[in-house]
Amino acid sequence: MATQLAKQNWSGKISTLTIGATKEQGGTRAHAVEIGGEESLPFLFPEGAIPNKPRIAFEIWDVPPKDWTEELVRHYGKVFLDPLEWAQMCVKDYKAELLCLRLQGAHPDCADRSADKEAQLVGRLLKEVDVPLIICGCADDTKDNLVLPAVCEAAKAERCLIGSASQDNYKTLVASVMADGHNIIAESPIDINIAKQLNILISDMGLHLERIAINPTIGALGYGLEYAYSIMERSRLAALSGDKTVASPFICFVGQEAWRAKEAREFGPQQGIIWEAVTATALIQAGADLLVMRHPEAVKKVDRYIEELFRR
Amino acid sequence: MAISGLDIYKLLPKTNCRECGFATCLAFAMQLAKKAVSLTSCPYLTESSRRALEAAALPPIKLISIGEGETRFEVGNETVMFRHEEKFHRPCGIGFIIDDALSDSEILQRLEKINKLRFERVGQELKVNLVALRQKAQHKRFIEALKLFSGKTNLALALMSDEPAALKEALLFLKRRRPLVYRATADNLAEVSRLAAEFKTPLVVSAADLEELSKLSAELTDMGVADLVLDTGDKPVSQKLWDLTQIRRQALQKSNRSLGYPVLVRVEKDDPYEEAIEAATYIAKYAGIVLVKGIESYEALSLLTLRQNIYTDPQKPLQVEPKLYSVGQVSDKSPVLVTTNFSLSYYTVLGEVEASKIPSYILSVDTEGMSVLTAWAAEKFTPEKISESINKCALKDAVAHKKIIIPGYVAVISGELEDASGWEVTVGPKEAAGLPSFLKKL
Repeated sequence: MATQLAKQNWSGKISTLTIGATKEQGGTRAHAVEIGGEESLPFLFPEGAIPNKPRIAFEIWDVPPKDWTEELVRHYGKVFLDPLEWAQMCVKDYKAELLCLRLQGAHPDCADRSADKEAQLVGRLLKEVDVPLIICGCADDTKDNLVLPAVCEAAKAERCLIGSASQDNYKTLVASVMADGHNIIAESPIDINIAKQLNILISDMGLHLERIAINPTIGALGYGLEYAYSIMERSRLAALSGDKTVASPFICFVGQEAWRAKEAREFGPQQGIIWEAVTATALIQAGADLLVMRHPEAVKKVDRYIEELFRR
Repeated sequence: MAISGLDIYKLLPKTNCRECGFATCLAFAMQLAKKAVSLTSCPYLTESSRRALEAAALPPIKLISIGEGETRFEVGNETVMFRHEEKFHRPCGIGFIIDDALSDSEILQRLEKINKLRFERVGQELKVNLVALRQKAQHKRFIEALKLFSGKTNLALALMSDEPAALKEALLFLKRRRPLVYRATADNLAEVSRLAAEFKTPLVVSAADLEELSKLSAELTDMGVADLVLDTGDKPVSQKLWDLTQIRRQALQKSNRSLGYPVLVRVEKDDPYEEAIEAATYIAKYAGIVLVKGIESYEALSLLTLRQNIYTDPQKPLQVEPKLYSVGQVSDKSPVLVTTNFSLSYYTVLGEVEASKIPSYILSVDTEGMSVLTAWAAEKFTPEKISESINKCALKDAVAHKKIIIPGYVAVISGELEDASGWEVTVGPKEAAGLPSFLKKL
């Protein structure tokens, strides 16, 4: 008896998000990066198109991070004081095709850097490197609502991915992102219903669903990874079944979570690198489209894995 | 797939004789579908119906037991494609391949390292499951290596060889350890199946193509070899994912018995990171047994932790009993740290308190296994709940002071908590990692 393949037919599709605008597109980036667009569950190629590979962005900060572990300081410590040099290092030495700038220095408990200062930094960074940018605030709502609009303006028409909008604080950011031609990160606390609700709220303000990336909030390997893993699988199944309101690509902040783990901090550099790489791997299998990572070796290995996944 | 009451009814005598205790055959069928009664209650069931019904009642993915004694492990019996639908039941076996071509001392060194791969995380012991000896050299060396090897580990064993004669001698030597035999292919099916039948061992059956694999597995069951593990050989990772997904779907959605077995994958890469990444892929996606080459503890710990995560019951997060725990030689002056009863929260706090060497109490509040922030958002970690817990655990009898320390992430509740409990509240660090320095400064 012939074995009949058990194939899934999906009616839905993940939206395609473009980060970065080239000269022809009104920006100054050397290339643009497309994520999303899947018509199947992760890497089941015979069941639907998977037009874009998952992408990795290197995380850089506006101020020297205080709690980065020794192993990361070993690589980045010498450029901590200068975000532009840090960016150059990622692009030149590690071949970063995307950067994620975290404006942690804006936080009132950190350096309380002003909106002007952060906007200037973004302006200089855009001149310094020509890769597309992801820009994240400091996670203090009041301050982010001052800083991020200024940053959006400074990067006008560069089609950055900017975050984060949350259920309680999205209006200011959505308005700025819309006005200056960027994309938005919608963050929800490991909750598919809130993710859906937030996407609806954002699109109700007039920003297209195609310009949203969902940050499902992840935990590292051993630290709640499985919650995000299953939330992402459930969202993907809903999206592929036709629910457009959760059909956004996922952005996962892998580096920040993995390097918080005790194992990564205290069990030696190899344990840290593998912790970040395996966290990324599991999330890629759950549908992650964009990974923000830290350790150059972990990035290299995950990058190679992504290439291998697309070798058929 | 579960068979419906109506499908069962079609196979019953339909005489409504009532001897089973039910008024009609249909009523009996409905109870059978719910597994509330046994088939044997019907005295008039035909032999063919009995067989059909028994087969339908079997789990769609057969449970396979490997090894003997304490380290025996079972894989299979999976019921879903996605863990949120129910849960993944039997954590996949993780094992290591050792080649007989290595020198004696290398083999022993590796074994010694493998035997030590045990870790404790959030109150669970994480263990590896098996060691596979692979024949690369002559038949004689394979047996020699096996003799060297088998007494030095009590992990379950697998035998990997293309020579049936070598497998036979190895099986004779191992007798009752019930090793996994690798592997039956189209070329050696008859010979290797006789070995598996004679020694009653589980057998890996291998073919690159699913159609062929299904055919071989059906032939093996006809020959009386019932405990099978499937293998589709070396392929690029996305094809492997396709095979693993397809086999699971065949078993669960198409009731394809000949593919209703756990699947074994081998990942052998010189780079431990690359090996771990690929192995992690298969741990997440349906593998029953994952064999790797790397024996470094950082690789094993990452894979075992991933397995622990993926196989956790999503409906029942790992929890500890909500109560007052004492750490070290506590006195009535010791500080009291409040956290949730989510295992990860509790054990993280415990680890840091132990590291600080400052005797402390940990009050684990019943948050139904939710973490600090999740529980706070879901109103399971509120001033009322914490006060209730303080009273229930008779905290006032344990300490002479009236001070508690709460996680930095819920600093917002400190005022209300003081009012509700009457205890003085100190806001601790956000991350448990900050506890040692915090406790020292207290």
